[in-house]
Amino acid sequence: MERAQQVLEMKGITKQYFGNTVLNDVSIDLYPGEIHALVGENGAGKSTLMNILFGMPVIHSTGGFSGEILIDGKKVELLSPAEAMQMGIGMVHQEFMLLPGFTITENIKLNRETTRKNALSRLFKSEFLDYLDTPAMRKDARHALDRLDMSIDEWLPVAGLPVGYMQFVEIAREIDKKEVKILVFDEPTAVLTETEADRLLGSLRRLAADGISILFITHRLDEVMAVADRITVLRDGEAVARLNKDEAVVERIAELMVGRRIEKVDLPPRDKEPGDEDLAFTIDNLMVDMPGEMVRGLSLSVRRGEILGIGGLAGHGKLGIANGIMGLYPASGRVSKNGDLIPLNSPEQVLLEGLAFVSEDRRGVGLLLDEPIERNIGVTAMQVQHKFLRPWPRFLSGLRLEDRKELRAYSEEMIRKLDIRCLGPTQPVRSLSGGNQQKVCVAKALALDPEILFVSEPTRGIDVGAKRLVLDLLVRLNREHNVTILMTSSELGELRKICDRVAIVYRGRLAGILPPDASDAEFGLMMAGRVRKEAI
Amino acid sequence: MTQTHDKTVESRPTVSLDMRRMILTNGVPILFLVLSITMALVAGLNITFLLNEVVTRLGRNSLLVLSLLIPVTAGMGLNFSIVIGAMAGQAAAIAVTYWRITGVQGFLLACLLSTPIAAIAGWLAGNVLNRAKGREMITSMILGFFANGIYQLIFLFLVGPIIPLKDPAMLLPQGIGVRNTVDLINISQALDKIWRPVIGGVRIPVVTLLVSAGMCVLIGFLLKTKIGQNLRAVGQDMHIAEVMGIKVDKTRIIAMILSTVIAGWGQLIFLQNIGTLNTYNSHEQVGMFSIAALLVGGASTRRATIWHAIAGVILFHTLFVVSPLAGQRLFGVPQIGEYFRVFVAYGIIAVALALHAWQGRQVRRQEIKEAMLTE
Repeated sequence: MERAQQVLEMKGITKQYFGNTVLNDVSIDLYPGEIHALVGENGAGKSTLMNILFGMPVIHSTGGFSGEILIDGKKVELLSPAEAMQMGIGMVHQEFMLLPGFTITENIKLNRETTRKNALSRLFKSEFLDYLDTPAMRKDARHALDRLDMSIDEWLPVAGLPVGYMQFVEIAREIDKKEVKILVFDEPTAVLTETEADRLLGSLRRLAADGISILFITHRLDEVMAVADRITVLRDGEAVARLNKDEAVVERIAELMVGRRIEKVDLPPRDKEPGDEDLAFTIDNLMVDMPGEMVRGLSLSVRRGEILGIGGLAGHGKLGIANGIMGLYPASGRVSKNGDLIPLNSPEQVLLEGLAFVSEDRRGVGLLLDEPIERNIGVTAMQVQHKFLRPWPRFLSGLRLEDRKELRAYSEEMIRKLDIRCLGPTQPVRSLSGGNQQKVCVAKALALDPEILFVSEPTRGIDVGAKRLVLDLLVRLNREHNVTILMTSSELGELRKICDRVAIVYRGRLAGILPPDASDAEFGLMMAGRVRKEAI
Repeated sequence: MTQTHDKTVESRPTVSLDMRRMILTNGVPILFLVLSITMALVAGLNITFLLNEVVTRLGRNSLLVLSLLIPVTAGMGLNFSIVIGAMAGQAAAIAVTYWRITGVQGFLLACLLSTPIAAIAGWLAGNVLNRAKGREMITSMILGFFANGIYQLIFLFLVGPIIPLKDPAMLLPQGIGVRNTVDLINISQALDKIWRPVIGGVRIPVVTLLVSAGMCVLIGFLLKTKIGQNLRAVGQDMHIAEVMGIKVDKTRIIAMILSTVIAGWGQLIFLQNIGTLNTYNSHEQVGMFSIAALLVGGASTRRATIWHAIAGVILFHTLFVVSPLAGQRLFGVPQIGEYFRVFVAYGIIAVALALHAWQGRQVRRQEIKEAMLTE
């Protein structure tokens, strides 16, 4: 096909954050009026690539990047969002950049207001004192909304608009910029309903037909199939494939997105494999208000003695499940253990019920960083179960002091059992490595003798060797102590490695449960919300 | 026909909702209105006397209260550091008294003099508050206390030995430091007495009121300009404003400078009306009382309008006038009324802040509900 000069070329982009390579020699280009989809899992590097294109300060404050960016064939340096905007790059943000108290017009024209001179502004020669020309601004806003086929009144305040409309206001702001020729859409449909998403895709096509080039970042593969001219798949910071529309098949893209070598480990067998006839825990219609990880009516049954993995893309609510059940964020729904309802929104009650939690926020929620290892291990058990305490004086049973001897003995046992590398039980946990800190968190949960253990992101931020140790530890706990484990992780690989089943969460609900040896494509599709399978 | 039917059914709940919302959102001013009227009745006040007092205090205090509006618009909450502007005004008042420049000229010169001092102080305060985002109110309050220390250092110890002020009538007996009370004979009532017609027994300081009205117009104008739009945008969400290319820190500093300068002029209007300067006390209550007045008018830490300011001054000062008298009448002790008005000043700030936090939580809860429903 005969093609014109590319509007945008990004060549050989490599970016490192603190020695971690997040983008490795990625190239992508864009023709006028083309819709180019960029797909990939969390952490595949999509956002970083767009941050580079948009000249975000976070890129330059962490050492910049290598590779070059060409716009209309000319090399450019994009050092700030303002420069990127000048070059005609517009960005429709994933989170809305709208001021709720402003009208639609004011938001569309934010910091690009049409103004009129007046006596004072002439006197002080200051544009700051120019009057806002509201009629002119409204006219522009109307025009931009019309281009998107939006009939909504431009003088309405943004607060109270349906989410879908806000997305369109955001787009209207970008296309109102006269110079815009490249538009980046960062998961624009993530918050939209089906019909809204369809409308949005319609507008994408219309804008492309107007000659605006579009970079479209998404997880939803059916949308990619519907609008994209070309598709680039990113995985682990590398562009693993570039497909034309006619050669793309959903299954193939899903496979490319997720595909990863999985070391097959033989897990130790159990006497009796867990089954649906013996459920340890059921979750029914759980809703959790955890900002950014909202759970919206999730139901799930957990078999006694299994390791159940919970996976899904960031923002779809997988982290909200454990946090909500443990009472760290407001939750509603029915959660029962062995058939008895567990009260929600009360961390103490939940802990008393024999549930324990290893938080993904190790340093914030999980540990008292400046306290010694032993106190970290014992604190929750002391507080909730009055373990490691002795009454003092003896006749006053209400007063209790820390039982140093007992705590010390238990901590030493844990340090040995979990192989926590430290100078001794009195070392402050702040000075431990990430992997050892994680083991202290696990030890703290174990001190409660839990029946059910929630573990969130157990390997986040720890090095490769330590990752294996932590995963082995979880398997051992499960096999030897018969603890039922719900493990939440962004790393599908590790879920598939040690879990009996993997539940995938999509938009706050259960998308389906897969066996760990299901194909990459199945996982990819389910995470992208394509199929809905009930429990296997 | 069905349409009209639908309409009546629909409109009824909205009307009652509107009423409820009006009472909810204006709960504070309504409460104070009721309180003022009750107390005025209890005290058996002469209406002309009350009107006289209120009109005088409206002229005297409104500029100080108006100076709070811009930082609220910029999302910086209630600016307790307007006391710094008040100090600038007092420094200027002391200077023109020393130079014996009288009348309106003296007053205008004092305004002119206070402006750069207040502007620099406002710039400094703005820089400090930019480092304390999200905690502006407590920071500005402490800044006010800190500035008070510097003010005392200057006027207690530096005036005399270092700052050449050689009028024994103004200095403390040992020749160092300004006296506790300075008679502002030169600028006393300078603005008020230009034209003060008596209408129905009420003496109206027309020029002072006009100056306040002029400030209202100016602030109203400012908020309709580009800088006003920036201030409002920054006030709503700093992060979004920043991403959209608005210079957030600069905008906030401008807000602080404007606020401090207006407060300086406001304090001068206050002083010319009173006629004497309590060198070490006049400024101290300015922040607290102005903020209490604004809150009484129905403003919150996030939203304050010119009308809130005017209504607040009238209500708060009516209560100020009537409560000691009511205390006298009811209990025979004016102190009880006095106690009540101090209690009210601090109490209303606490209540308004708590209400604000509570409303914020309600809004958040509503948002969650909506977010859940959209799914």
